[in-house]
Amino acid sequence: MAQALLTVDRLYKSFGGVTATDNVDLEVIPGEIHAIIGPNGAGKTTLVTLLSGELRPDAGSVRFDGRAITALPAHARARLGIARSFQITSLMLDMTALDNVALAVQARSGHSFRFWADARRDRDLAEAAMAGLEAVGLADRAGQTARALSHGEHRLLEIAMALSTKPRLLLLDEPMAGMGVEEAQRMIGFLAGLKGEKSMLLVEHDMDAVFALADRITVLVNGRVIASGPPEAIRRDDAVRRAYLGDEAVADGGGAG
Amino acid sequence: MDWTLFVTQLLNGLQLGVLLFLLASGLTLIFGIMDFVNLAHGSLYMVGAYLCATLTQATDSFVLAIVLALPLTALIGLAVEFVVIRRLYARDHLDHVLATFGLILCFDAAVHLLWGPEGMAIRLPEVLDGQVEILPGIVFPTFRLLIIGVGLLVALGLYLVVTRTRAGMLIRAGASNRTMISALGVDIQTLFTLVFAAGAAMAGLAGMMIAPITEASIGMGNEIIIVAFVVIIIGGIGSIKGAFLAAVLVGLIDTMGRSFLDTLLKLFISDQNAETAAPALSAMLIYILMAAILAFQPQGLFPPKGR
Amino acid sequence: MQRDMLSPLDWKPKTWAMVVGLALLALLPGYVAFTEDTFYLDLASRLMILGIAAVSLNLILGHGGMISFGHAAYLGIGAYSVGIPAYYEIHDGFIQIPIAVACSALFALITGAICLRTKGVYFIMITMAFTQMVFFAFVSIEEYGGDDGLVIELRSEFAGLFDIEGATGLYYFIFASLLATLYLVHRITRSRFGMVIEGARGNERRMHAIGYDTYRYRLVCYVIAGAICGFAGALLGNFTNFISPEMMDWTASGELIFMVVLGGTGTLFGPILGAAAFVLLEEWLSAITIYWHFLFGALLILVVLFWRGGLNGLIDWIGRAAWRKRS
Repeated sequence: MAQALLTVDRLYKSFGGVTATDNVDLEVIPGEIHAIIGPNGAGKTTLVTLLSGELRPDAGSVRFDGRAITALPAHARARLGIARSFQITSLMLDMTALDNVALAVQARSGHSFRFWADARRDRDLAEAAMAGLEAVGLADRAGQTARALSHGEHRLLEIAMALSTKPRLLLLDEPMAGMGVEEAQRMIGFLAGLKGEKSMLLVEHDMDAVFALADRITVLVNGRVIASGPPEAIRRDDAVRRAYLGDEAVADGGGAG
Repeated sequence: MDWTLFVTQLLNGLQLGVLLFLLASGLTLIFGIMDFVNLAHGSLYMVGAYLCATLTQATDSFVLAIVLALPLTALIGLAVEFVVIRRLYARDHLDHVLATFGLILCFDAAVHLLWGPEGMAIRLPEVLDGQVEILPGIVFPTFRLLIIGVGLLVALGLYLVVTRTRAGMLIRAGASNRTMISALGVDIQTLFTLVFAAGAAMAGLAGMMIAPITEASIGMGNEIIIVAFVVIIIGGIGSIKGAFLAAVLVGLIDTMGRSFLDTLLKLFISDQNAETAAPALSAMLIYILMAAILAFQPQGLFPPKGR
Repeated sequence: MQRDMLSPLDWKPKTWAMVVGLALLALLPGYVAFTEDTFYLDLASRLMILGIAAVSLNLILGHGGMISFGHAAYLGIGAYSVGIPAYYEIHDGFIQIPIAVACSALFALITGAICLRTKGVYFIMITMAFTQMVFFAFVSIEEYGGDDGLVIELRSEFAGLFDIEGATGLYYFIFASLLATLYLVHRITRSRFGMVIEGARGNERRMHAIGYDTYRYRLVCYVIAGAICGFAGALLGNFTNFISPEMMDWTASGELIFMVVLGGTGTLFGPILGAAAFVLLEEWLSAITIYWHFLFGALLILVVLFWRGGLNGLIDWIGRAAWRKRS
């Protein structure tokens, strides 16, 4: 059994009286896609936010590559190799798509206390940024202001930025949110292509995507893990079916076990 | 230890504190509820002072002048809100700051036009102009005691309004969730206008209270507005309780500091150095206090909840 | 492949306006020598000094999104860095200027470290408060004039290399400083550092997520801006041969922000246009009425309500209209 890249141990977070994350244990093995599913309000985004470092847990620990990162702020975790995409698009809207990705590339190229050379004439940065855009199919939108892009393109740009920091672990929070069927299919294909190369914690509502991509699935309800395991096991799990009462995707299942 | 000086300065500090509270409470409400940074609050303080001065001369009664000047100041606040302020609620804070800075320039010039460059003094009625023996051997000006009394009364009144009345409930709700109260069908614009006018009245009252002591003068608002901001930063934006505590704290530290810092310093450094350093240091005290509090509580003593 | 956001259309009208403006400034002393009217020389000197201060403010305000109401403090620190040594008969510019820059940088570092931990309106108010602190500190030092101000008898001396004692000499010194500042800020904003600052203004959360400790970058930016403005303060002290604490109170900071907004934030030349407009308007309006502050205030309110693009935006608009006419 490969050593886990990310280990989450009894993570706990509450806001006032509401427990958003209730003693969550989780693991991501190198190269796997580990999906997090659950009904609305289950605490999925809170979990991602705790893992990315924007929020501190009340109790519990997070280890990345053997190293305790619970006390590290978001930017430090990013430098260690954890990248995140946001559920609600979070980009530098007044900068071009290329500039957005270039900033991500720049972040991994040492420090940015360089005051003299024109960053936009830096061939290395520009090439790497273009490559990042090409990988998600946005090369022709490079010079457009991020604000001018469509919603689907925003989601792709999010991924491009996350990938451009050359992370080892991707925290993807509903990357396909608001995407049309065709766009979502392309995204699924793209993420599938990264399997093995990158490790991913994927929060998603789109069950097609989850069952197509995930090596393992963890189900979150009211902040607590109610089931965790390979997709077929989850499909057959009673507790999961109860939680998703009425959700055809789980009830129908698909394909022989 | 000069006890007379100590007690006197303690009371003076309290007096400055309640005055700051009158200013800061309006400011913190306006910011807490409307998310609006109002630099021109000091201008309303100035306008209140001048109106009171003119009316005192016209009616020969300080008390009557206040009674008349208060609603007048509130009306001016209403007018300003109607013409300028309400167009800016949706804008960002830089726009608030710039526009109200523009208002300050306009107000200063308007006051100059209407009242001339010289300040205006207010003559107190005899009954208020004397001194009172508060402790054996220690006297204190009657009027300053009155300021303290008025300030504490307003603080109490404000507390009662905010905690016991429906309007107050709306204010507290609005301070933490604006969209919610508009969803409840409350007319937001009216609430805003009333809060602004109330803030204007309190600022004006502060000006009227201080003018008999320091004279109404152009630009008097510009100095005190910063101190009011220090108060609400320390107290926590949107919190009246915080504004009260911070105002008293700032008033006391500033006043006592100016009087006793050199004595305190002389315990540690040479007399001569103490005497040169003390004035500069005591002027900086409240800002150092602010920085110290922010180091531990970046959002002030009573931080805004929810937002 | 070169990535360059600026379309040729944006580039031409603004840059032409600025080039013409700079050329006029360069030639002004010639005109003055001819007419022997130093009024315009003084006006232009003041304009350029405030332009340098405004450009430095724009670095943190326009590019960085940090609304500092405390920038005038550096004008004061810079000016006193010339005045106080001069008071002790130290007139060496090679000592005064480094003191101005170093003290400003230090003050920016200390106050910035505190202010930048806050956001939004807290930041605005805290920068205001710190500026008042410096103002009061200087006002209460009787030795250096208190609130009457400090006279500077002799201007900075540069070991005979250049002489700024005369109006023309100082003028060219200021002009050269303006060009240097423009070039420096131009390079900084287009550098990797500048990109981080701009990104942090656009979306700080995103920047954290890709690995930038934005606090540190902002602090450095704040210090650089403070240092440049301190230098402007040293020039100001030399120019007026007098320092009054009013140079550094928060309303002076407000005027600097007015200049930046008037000219158009986030652009290189905007602040200079704004400073020029401010100084010229001030001259013109104060000749019309002594209540000119009213018109100034009204103008500011109107600009905020209706024309936030500033003069830069106006020139762009004119340029685009002219372009459309041609095609």
